[in-house]
Amino acid sequence: MARGAVRPRVPRAVVAGVIVCALLQIVFSLAQPKPLARASELDPPPSGPALALMQGFEPLPFAHLLTLYLQSFDNQPGISIPYRDLNYERVAQWLLTALRLDPTSQYPLLMATQLYAQVPDPARSRYMLELAYRQFLADPNRRWRWLAHGAIMAKHRLKDLPLALKYAGAIAERSPEAPAWARQMHIFLLEDMGELDSARILLGGLLAGGQVSDAHERILLLESLERIKAAENSAGATKK
Amino acid sequence: MPIQVLTIARFALLEALRTRLPLLAAGAFAFVWAGSLFIHQIAITESDRMQWSFYAAGSRLASVVMLALYITSSMVREFTEKGLDLLLALDLPRSNYILGKLGGFIGVAVLLALLAAAPMVSSIPLPVCLVWAAALFFELAIVAALSLFCIVTLSQVMPAVVLVLAFYLLARSITAVRLLSETALLGELSEARPLLAFGVDALAAVVPALDRFAVTGWIAERAVDANVLGPIALQSAIFVALLLAAALFDFYRKEL
Repeated sequence: MARGAVRPRVPRAVVAGVIVCALLQIVFSLAQPKPLARASELDPPPSGPALALMQGFEPLPFAHLLTLYLQSFDNQPGISIPYRDLNYERVAQWLLTALRLDPTSQYPLLMATQLYAQVPDPARSRYMLELAYRQFLADPNRRWRWLAHGAIMAKHRLKDLPLALKYAGAIAERSPEAPAWARQMHIFLLEDMGELDSARILLGGLLAGGQVSDAHERILLLESLERIKAAENSAGATKK
Repeated sequence: MPIQVLTIARFALLEALRTRLPLLAAGAFAFVWAGSLFIHQIAITESDRMQWSFYAAGSRLASVVMLALYITSSMVREFTEKGLDLLLALDLPRSNYILGKLGGFIGVAVLLALLAAAPMVSSIPLPVCLVWAAALFFELAIVAALSLFCIVTLSQVMPAVVLVLAFYLLARSITAVRLLSETALLGELSEARPLLAFGVDALAAVVPALDRFAVTGWIAERAVDANVLGPIALQSAIFVALLLAAALFDFYRKEL
């Protein structure tokens, strides 16, 4: 500043005004009630014209935002909701909406089988596995892995071998592009269920049909076939 | 092409460079990229797919907003600082001025499209990135011409930008609006339905379907057929020419 120049002064009233307003703001904030964590219900996903506009405008990012919103819904500010307390019908609607916006995505079915089906409530697990099964039917070659996971869950966690067989059989029937282990799963499930005759016929058919080209895989399947035959023979001998 | 057009285009491009638009754009794209990285971190599967589709959609929208704001504010400054009056006092047809400006702004569009596509090169196949960038450029060319037309007509930043963005959103959703008008989703409309369908079809005839331009699905699937660029380029050329003609019509009527 040049020598002799007068430094501009802020009027005292303005300074006082700033201080008073700042104090008022602090007092006002302190007087507010403390925020309480409150779990909110999962709202229905967008539908009707809103969904149609999302589909036309930018479907993929909207699908991703829907899945991430659903994924983080159990962690609301200050509160964590167990999956089993969620409204599963609503969750299924969200997953289906996300799939509708982005049908090639694996994300919604991963959430269905790996997150929401893992709750310690068999009814809810079955509900999510059934959702994965229905969506599998729409695109079996892309979505077989979620049904394979469902078959394993049905066998080991739900102890429901017929359900596991239904899922594994669907993969064998409808997913020619699935790897061999997934397409052969139903044979070993039949073996586990004591349906040795059916398992032997299917395994024999698989080996005779030339669908298995890998040498190691053939050896493994032949060993399984021998094991089944031996089990059948011993069962027959016991009956006699 | 007259040398005056090229000179004006060059100076429009220089102005963009000297007002640090590339730096601002790089900052905006870096912000979108950071957001996409956040998406990548919270996704439990298909992380890359989600990250880059979010980035592609976000940077596309950011490019459009930046370009519209840049063009309208740059033109308004020229109006208020009387630079335009000075230019037109020279032996310069008004059409050359508009053509030059549009040329410069289309140059800015090239720059923005390349900058937007650059971060994706690390994860997405180069041919897909190039097709996406080219489609984004054609979209930005339309936005540039539209912004020029709106600012020449309205002369103020606020209404011009609002009009550009409203038109852009309509153009991005026109296909969805057409499909909606034909379905039962809108409820019972009885006799109003044919009228609505006609209105929407009429609107679709004059609005380019921008939802077919820089499609995010190309980035998510990492595959695109380069032939899609043909119809996009043609649509862009037709609509830019239309907007240019409209801007010239208004500019010739303007009293300075």
